[in-house]
Amino acid sequence: MSVAKLLVRVAEVEKINDLITRFRFVARDGGLLPAFSGGAHVVVEMEDHGTRRMNPYSLSGDPEDRTGYEITVRRDDAGRGGSIYMHRHVSPGMEMVISHPVNLFPLDGRAKKHLFLAGGIGITPFKAMIHQLSHIGAKWELHYATRNPALCAYGDQLKGPVHFYYDDLKSFIPLRDLLARQPLGTHVYCCGPKGMLSWVRATAAELGLPEHSVHFEEFTAPQPGAPFDVELTLTGKTIHVPSHQSLLEAMEANGVDAPYLCRGGACGQCECQVVKAEGQILHRDHWLTDEEKASNSKIMPCVSRFEGRSLAIER
Amino acid sequence: MSFPPSIKSRPVYGVLSPRPGQAHLIIADGEGAGAVADLFASGPGIAERAHVLYTPGPNGTDDWAVIAGLGAAQAQRAASVPTLLFRLARVLLDAKAGTQCYLAGSEGLIGQAERDLMAQGVPHQDIQKEHRGSTVRRVQCVHCKGVTENVRTDPFQCSHCGLHLFVRDHYSRRLAAFQGVCIDAEEPGNIPPPVEKFA
Repeated sequence: MSVAKLLVRVAEVEKINDLITRFRFVARDGGLLPAFSGGAHVVVEMEDHGTRRMNPYSLSGDPEDRTGYEITVRRDDAGRGGSIYMHRHVSPGMEMVISHPVNLFPLDGRAKKHLFLAGGIGITPFKAMIHQLSHIGAKWELHYATRNPALCAYGDQLKGPVHFYYDDLKSFIPLRDLLARQPLGTHVYCCGPKGMLSWVRATAAELGLPEHSVHFEEFTAPQPGAPFDVELTLTGKTIHVPSHQSLLEAMEANGVDAPYLCRGGACGQCECQVVKAEGQILHRDHWLTDEEKASNSKIMPCVSRFEGRSLAIER
Repeated sequence: MSFPPSIKSRPVYGVLSPRPGQAHLIIADGEGAGAVADLFASGPGIAERAHVLYTPGPNGTDDWAVIAGLGAAQAQRAASVPTLLFRLARVLLDAKAGTQCYLAGSEGLIGQAERDLMAQGVPHQDIQKEHRGSTVRRVQCVHCKGVTENVRTDPFQCSHCGLHLFVRDHYSRRLAAFQGVCIDAEEPGNIPPPVEKFA
């Protein structure tokens, strides 16, 4: 899908703490960037010494400020390399390409109150949402858990009804009591590590919070796995997916025009019909239903992989 | 009972089933009392955390005795739908996010309670609704915007502006009303005889 990209220049690189760095992008032509809303992300393209990396990052700046976009990146030393590239090689003045903003984690305007639950780098979308709500005077509250005060990004800048928790100091979000005392009409938003998401999901369900009032940011970074081959029936190509590349990235590397938006198994844009699968699809997305996953009739190439004899998909 | 398939905006109803919750807010009219009784029977833990608001149905059915016998922590009988909604507004002031909402009975009562819950930020998809009893409709005249309650015939005469209105299946959750459209706009005076469609 050949969608227009945004040509930007890196304006600022600020080390927030040992693991986290903030980047600010401005339009190369000096103009305003497209408007976005809190919770939106952009896909940042990186030319990492021959490997093209495309990672989604939440916009953490003020949605009212169209003179630049800010992202906040946590260095993941065990990851596939995108965050390490951002930390080591991106410097002010550098020209980069990013996607238009896409929002898969928007504020729900029906809420009477917005309750934010952040774990670690999960603070990024909430920073933008808090800016947005502050402009309209809506009611919000943030509960932000990090490992220790030194790793609490933006802790000094977040003003208002903000509560901090630190694992190392054995202080944890009192989730059950917190959710139990919320007034009717509260919408809950959670962004953090996988364990936190399932903790919040289970506790909210147990207390009877309406399912559609609990929102999750569920990007999954593509996990490496065994290499495999895939036949693309529409393109008429058979390509190889190496262990450290996703199926979507392998298609792109082979010049196949494949649609995408989130690259994290959440948006559904890259969904492909499976023509033939002799083996097992390792579904790792949050998009397909359990029935669809079990039927092996569809695959999300941004995060899911395949193990077995042969795979053919409609692309 | 279920309604024949129609356009997408026509509400469809399910069967109330117990869900976990810190509190259970149950609103019913007329024959809806039976749905509430079935709910209590299938969810043994509900009664002790239940608050039931009940009013007789538009057809006069008053099953308050059924509600009163369920052993709910709180149960109140209102004299009419408007007085029930007045009480509901007070209940919602103190309600917590973990409140399960169940609505049962006629479409007018279900729709208006849903509208008031939605206004508090409760997603409509998470409000359980079961239709029982009367099928009379709450209809808004698209011309004068006046709402006529308990419409039995199609067409009917708007109780506000007097136009003769064709009753559509087109429904608004925000207004909790079906849409009524002038039936003789193109040929004034050509009004088909009213047919008793809703009872």
